[in-house]
Amino acid sequence: MTIARKAGVWGLFAAGGTVSAFLFPAVIALFLLVAAGRVPPGLRFENLHAFAAGWVGKCLLFVVISLSLWHAAHRLRVVFHDFGVRQDKAVANAVYLVAAVGTAMTAFYLFSIA
Amino acid sequence: MSTRELQLEVLRYDPEQDSEPHFQSYTVPCREDWAILDALNYVKENLDTTLSYRWSCHMMVCGSCGMMVNGEPSLTCKTFVRDLPDRVRIEPLAHFPIERDLVVVLDDVMEKLQRAQPWIIRHDDPPPADQEHIQSRAALYKFKQYTMCVNCMCCYAACPQYGLDPSFIGPAALALAHRYNRDSRDQGKADRLDILADYHGVWDCSFVGACSEVCPKSVDPAAAIQQMKVDGAIEWWKQKLPGGKR
Amino acid sequence: MSRQPFVRPLPKASWYFGNARYRRYMLREVTCLLVGFYCFLMLWALAALAGGSAERWDAFLASQQNTAMLVVHAAALVYYLVYMTFDWFKLAPKAMPFQLGEKKLPDRIIVIAHYAAWAIVTLSIFWLAGVL
Repeated sequence: MTIARKAGVWGLFAAGGTVSAFLFPAVIALFLLVAAGRVPPGLRFENLHAFAAGWVGKCLLFVVISLSLWHAAHRLRVVFHDFGVRQDKAVANAVYLVAAVGTAMTAFYLFSIA
Repeated sequence: MSTRELQLEVLRYDPEQDSEPHFQSYTVPCREDWAILDALNYVKENLDTTLSYRWSCHMMVCGSCGMMVNGEPSLTCKTFVRDLPDRVRIEPLAHFPIERDLVVVLDDVMEKLQRAQPWIIRHDDPPPADQEHIQSRAALYKFKQYTMCVNCMCCYAACPQYGLDPSFIGPAALALAHRYNRDSRDQGKADRLDILADYHGVWDCSFVGACSEVCPKSVDPAAAIQQMKVDGAIEWWKQKLPGGKR
Repeated sequence: MSRQPFVRPLPKASWYFGNARYRRYMLREVTCLLVGFYCFLMLWALAALAGGSAERWDAFLASQQNTAMLVVHAAALVYYLVYMTFDWFKLAPKAMPFQLGEKKLPDRIIVIAHYAAWAIVTLSIFWLAGVL
């Protein structure tokens, strides 16, 4: 028997939630430091570019951003449902489309970092 | 033993006379060791014999006396007056149609419990009748907590997803399916797969967790459901990989 | 005797105001907006990085450097920690039951392991970024 497609997205949601639960506080803290004018050395162009140019950096950044996008998308779909929006199929298609586009853009930008 | 006066506000509904429910007040002198069920019994015996409600064992094993006590789904035999304020609001279990007074229509969940196929499913022969089917204590503990369900339906009363859409199969039915899936004597995990497959199976659950918080027997249906989601997601992705079977 | 069951529908858009448990749940669920927001910021950063020049990157950093963003990040950090990270760690043990022999691994062990891993990961990121 075919398992509902929601099972697959839930898998992405759970993986993305784990990734973003562990990593996003540090990410937000880094953005906070930048906003405060204290750019840490690791975020200077030479260093961050070197990190994103390597395959380890590319894989890490891709996994973090795309899985988190899918996590946010699925949770947003549930939020819409909880807020009383009944057109679940339409909401699902919209949020997953955004996640898919975001995933593609992430891959594209990462590939173009030499 | 001293008595304390409790003001009970009970939701009444007579299907033959009322167009909608209304609250009725009773003043009940409660002994300090009473459960709220004792207060209801006092009302029925001394103040108002027309009050209708379900109860039986008075010891948290039959699951009959589930009601909303100050907005919280509770077993009234397990909710003690010493833990309650002087004004207590008693209503029938939320998310169910009211039959009469505090009695709700449970047909829906009765059907859903059956859908979980709550029996040992075997695909090969069990041991012969003169031999025991050995199950170690470790194997028992894998599913024992999920056997504790008394079908009180407090979890359905707490679950907002069931309240929003009663097509959701619900916490007790899913915990029951999980109980059998984790039983070493059972071979029916694939047969119960339609619970995972179905749109209104585990996937309607958004892990509010209210079911486990109100469960009077600490069954933890929320945990059962999340474990089934993990199984289902892994199964789905395994089918997608090359060589995976549909 | 005639049956006329009375249905009490749940208000579809406002049920979560009903009790503290539901309110906490909604506060947890809307953290997805924060996740989406920071994914967007990271994508913006990636686009700037992919521009290939330090000027482009520094321009992006400059655009992020203002008091409004500082306040947003500070508030977001606190809200995210409380309603996403800590809640996620609290709920994680439910999905991963471990049984050693006859004993089930207590939930709090799994929670503590999550916090320990989180501390290691966060400190590693800070060290790699040169914050430490």
